[in-house]
Amino acid sequence: MSIFEYNGSALIAMVGKNCFAIASDRRLGVQLQTIATDFQRIYKIHDKLYIGLSGLATDAQTLYQRLFFRHKLYQLREERDMKPETFANLVSAILYEKRFGPYFCQPVIAGLGDDDKPFICTMDSIGAKELAKDFVVAGTASESLYGACESMYKPDMEPEELFETVSQALLSSMDRDCLSGWGGHVFVITPTEVIERTLKGRMD
Amino acid sequence: MGDSQYSFSLTTFSPSGKLVQIEYALMAVGSGQTSLGIKAANGVVIATEKKLPSILVDEASVQKIQPLTTNIGVVYSGMGPDFRVLVRKSRKQAQQYFRLYKEQIPVTQLVRETAAVMQEFTQSGGVRPFGVSLLVAGFDDDGPQLYQVDPSGSYFSWKASAMGKNVSNAKTFLEKRYTDDMELDDAVHTAILTLKEGFEGQISGKNIEIGIIGTDRNFRVLTPAEIDDYLAEVE
Repeated sequence: MSIFEYNGSALIAMVGKNCFAIASDRRLGVQLQTIATDFQRIYKIHDKLYIGLSGLATDAQTLYQRLFFRHKLYQLREERDMKPETFANLVSAILYEKRFGPYFCQPVIAGLGDDDKPFICTMDSIGAKELAKDFVVAGTASESLYGACESMYKPDMEPEELFETVSQALLSSMDRDCLSGWGGHVFVITPTEVIERTLKGRMD
Repeated sequence: MGDSQYSFSLTTFSPSGKLVQIEYALMAVGSGQTSLGIKAANGVVIATEKKLPSILVDEASVQKIQPLTTNIGVVYSGMGPDFRVLVRKSRKQAQQYFRLYKEQIPVTQLVRETAAVMQEFTQSGGVRPFGVSLLVAGFDDDGPQLYQVDPSGSYFSWKASAMGKNVSNAKTFLEKRYTDDMELDDAVHTAILTLKEGFEGQISGKNIEIGIIGTDRNFRVLTPAEIDDYLAEVE
């Protein structure tokens, strides 16, 4: 079994009309055994920037701590929040630093940039960025997620419809992957509010 | 004065609480050629005298005003070679920032990091402080900015400032002439007049240097021909 499949994860981020959604599953496993059913994979960097980390859970937690630390210092020095594009570049640089002994994580970054324009991107474990205009996925369920998103995605969805689409894509893909599941955690972020919801799917 | 007994070691405080080497560095700055900067409502101008030791020197090869990034430029008073070292370090820091964040470095951040380098050289063994004060001019998302950085590593934001030989006259002149709503062209004229105040000999496009940055966020050094045009307007 690959190290990326040790803990299991499913992550998705999708762009809507002046909003974005980022969602993950809630299972933490050790290969076939389920250890936790409320594991947090999506973290807030600042009000308009979220990062989801799939892959090895220990690396995901450590990487998040390092990134939060860097952002906090940036905020103190520059007296402003980091733009999502800037943050994505920072994550890429930090991952590449460990090119020959990498973090076993695949991050999904989603935020609202200048003029509240939604921004999403993902990268591989050594920092190769992939910017997308519609959706990005990561985790053990990524192949199913790609298929589900591709068929369910429409451009310019309002927050409510975006939530439905992301939830359906996540749930249906988690059902096909034994290593992710036990419900979902969905964030929908607009310029004025953040809505956090928990999904109940097949609890297995 | 008891102070001079403490002037041999940079890293030793004198009884009066001064680091004498830094005072001496400031004296090196004070005997350097005059330079000044003025922040206008829509840009910044920096200027300096370019007095060369002999008429045989090829003045086109001497560049006292240098760009640090496309939107930040710098001028100095004091020791030229020290200035070159700082310019190299600052340019590298600006590019490292860009590599990390893919964003142009804000003027305040570059000034802070340059000042940190200068401060390092006041608290390390076997080195001496830089014998230059810098005037950094830039235009970023926070608008036009002008900063002075001293050999001690302290930095200040100025609306208009001068350094070097003629500093007190120049500052008095600037205090009288400065207005908050000055446009960039007016600022260039004021800069030229200020330089003229303490200038020995005939001022021309070949013995002063002027750098400007406007809302286009492109720092550039004026050619001698452009300076001569401004000089003609001033006369």
